Amino acid sequence: MTKKNTKIEKQKPILSVNGLKVHFFTDEGTVKAVEGASFDVLAGRTLGIVGESGCGKSVATRSLLRLVDSPGKIVDGEIIYRGDANKKEINITSLKTSGSDIKSIRGGEISLIFQEPMTSFSPVHTVGNQIIEAIKLHKKLNKDDAKGLTLDWFKRVGMPDPEQRMNQYPWQLSGGQRQRAMIAMALCCDPKIVIADEPTTALDVTTQAQILDLLKELQEENGMSIIFITHDLGVIAEISDDVSVMYLGNIVESASVDEIFHSPKHPYTTGLLNSIPSITNKNRERLPTISGSIPHPHNRPSGCTFRNRCQNPSDDCREGKIEMKLIEVSPGHFVDQCCINCG
Amino acid sequence: MALYIGKRVLYGFIAIWIISILSFIIIQLPPGDYVSSYIANLAAQGSSLDQAEAENLRIFYGLDKPWHIQYLKWASRIVTGDLGYSFEWEKPVMSVIQGRILTTVLLALFALVFTWLFAIPIGIYSAVHKYSIGDYLATFLGFLGLAIPDFLIALIAMWFGYSIFGWSVGGLFSPEFGTAPWSIAKFLDLMKHLWVPVIILGTAGMAAMIRVVRANLLDELSKPYVVTARAKGISEWKLIMKYPVRMALNPVISMSAYLLPYLISGSVIVSVVLSLPTLGPTLLKSLLSQDSYLAGGIIFLIGIFTILGTLISDLLLLWIDPRIKFEAR
Repeated sequence: MTKKNTKIEKQKPILSVNGLKVHFFTDEGTVKAVEGASFDVLAGRTLGIVGESGCGKSVATRSLLRLVDSPGKIVDGEIIYRGDANKKEINITSLKTSGSDIKSIRGGEISLIFQEPMTSFSPVHTVGNQIIEAIKLHKKLNKDDAKGLTLDWFKRVGMPDPEQRMNQYPWQLSGGQRQRAMIAMALCCDPKIVIADEPTTALDVTTQAQILDLLKELQEENGMSIIFITHDLGVIAEISDDVSVMYLGNIVESASVDEIFHSPKHPYTTGLLNSIPSITNKNRERLPTISGSIPHPHNRPSGCTFRNRCQNPSDDCREGKIEMKLIEVSPGHFVDQCCINCG
Repeated sequence: MALYIGKRVLYGFIAIWIISILSFIIIQLPPGDYVSSYIANLAAQGSSLDQAEAENLRIFYGLDKPWHIQYLKWASRIVTGDLGYSFEWEKPVMSVIQGRILTTVLLALFALVFTWLFAIPIGIYSAVHKYSIGDYLATFLGFLGLAIPDFLIALIAMWFGYSIFGWSVGGLFSPEFGTAPWSIAKFLDLMKHLWVPVIILGTAGMAAMIRVVRANLLDELSKPYVVTARAKGISEWKLIMKYPVRMALNPVISMSAYLLPYLISGSVIVSVVLSLPTLGPTLLKSLLSQDSYLAGGIIFLIGIFTILGTLISDLLLLWIDPRIKFEAR
């Protein structure tokens, strides 16, 4: 446990992921989608996980609900959930994927908001039906009460004509309304953690802002933690309290949102920040890019996974001699040990 | 909605009209007519018919007229429920096939239900346990059922039934009920005999149905809404039955529409082997003897079954899939 935050030591994280490894055993070989990722989620705060497509951010968070499909498997690491101070800690990695323990966590303790609300709802059941189902799974309510609660939530998420929308099918709703319905479904059972997997990517910019505001508002009311996955640093700046940067299945840098934006340490984080277009940038220059490209999933570099793209790697790093490990460089700011001085 | 259904029924009638023309053309296609095959039959038995008598027969049956006149005469009578006159049986087509329509439809429906009862659960199991031993076994048996001709299964069943259990498998009725009018006792007797041809006919459509259910369900199982439902904490079987299976049933229903006529026309050889009193053997015989109105009548009926089956399946889809209902409005 090298990565305890001194500032918040009085309060244990609600969720701790330590050295999580998720591998996909395909016919072509093993794809190491997540290779030793570690991060903490603090109660009532928003953790943004940022990284490019395929870096393993979705797989890592789906693992929290044990929703990784075969041939994917959690091969190592632990996911400690401390939802209730009076109850024992639960190690999610040790639960059976179809047992009653994980089922009560899914939706009840930790819930998911998906990227594409159109395909994430069943097209042949009404939106109301699908939300009522979620409520009845976790709350001992009869049908009418569950219906009433759904209606309440539809009002809370700002759904226009809530009564009417409940009896409509997802394809009769607009994109923003669908995402509101999705948020209502994720929050209706009062989960302690909500995983939002790129919830605004499929929406236009105006709706994006509305959905982000809605999430922040609901967080203030309910006090749940949010894990917000995105590749959009603008969205991260808007919504996150803490940020973890993911590269090739590892968290390479973790800090508060201010630290990440103002004093990034890892060369990958710096690269990402440099490639944001800015309106103050007068001279018409090309945006800087991170040199090289992501290694093929079957061809993961040993040691530091970023060494092939690093501008000034040390000799040991270049030879892949340095193991990846997060160390604390300043209170609450963790960086992969190999890259402390490269950025 | 009523407009949509009305439109479908209207299309159905237009299709039935086209089918009546096509079936008439089909039965006129082979060279010769009923009289020439009658003469050939007589010749085979050693007697003969002279030219004048043959011409008289043609005039008697109306075969001397051009084909479109023959069609119009035939078609105008269909409207009144008269399918024409069977040369060979020397009585109206309707009275030849009347008793056989019910047994044919019953056999086809039971075979369809049998196929559903087994193919849908096996298909679901195969998809959920993809690449398991059970999946491979179901696939293997399914293909075996598809590859072995129905009539061979029928012959094997007859042989086993007779040599091991002493049953006389074949026919749909015990001798005492064969020509008796319909009664509850006769119906019960039919049920006693029906299951053998139902199983034999049912296995033929089963393999295809298993594959359809499996392939569709595999598609649906990887859809995002399944993950959403799973993330709610619903139990796996409830989830599969409520969401992906519901979605995968659409093609099963539309496939059943053409399984019905297939079971009727495809059962010809099985019916001959098992000597079942269905439309199949009658159709075969009428085609061989160029008994054109009988053959045309049966082909026309099979066409109507197809249209009916499609209409029923469309209405079923309308009922179970809100997306279609919405478009139909």
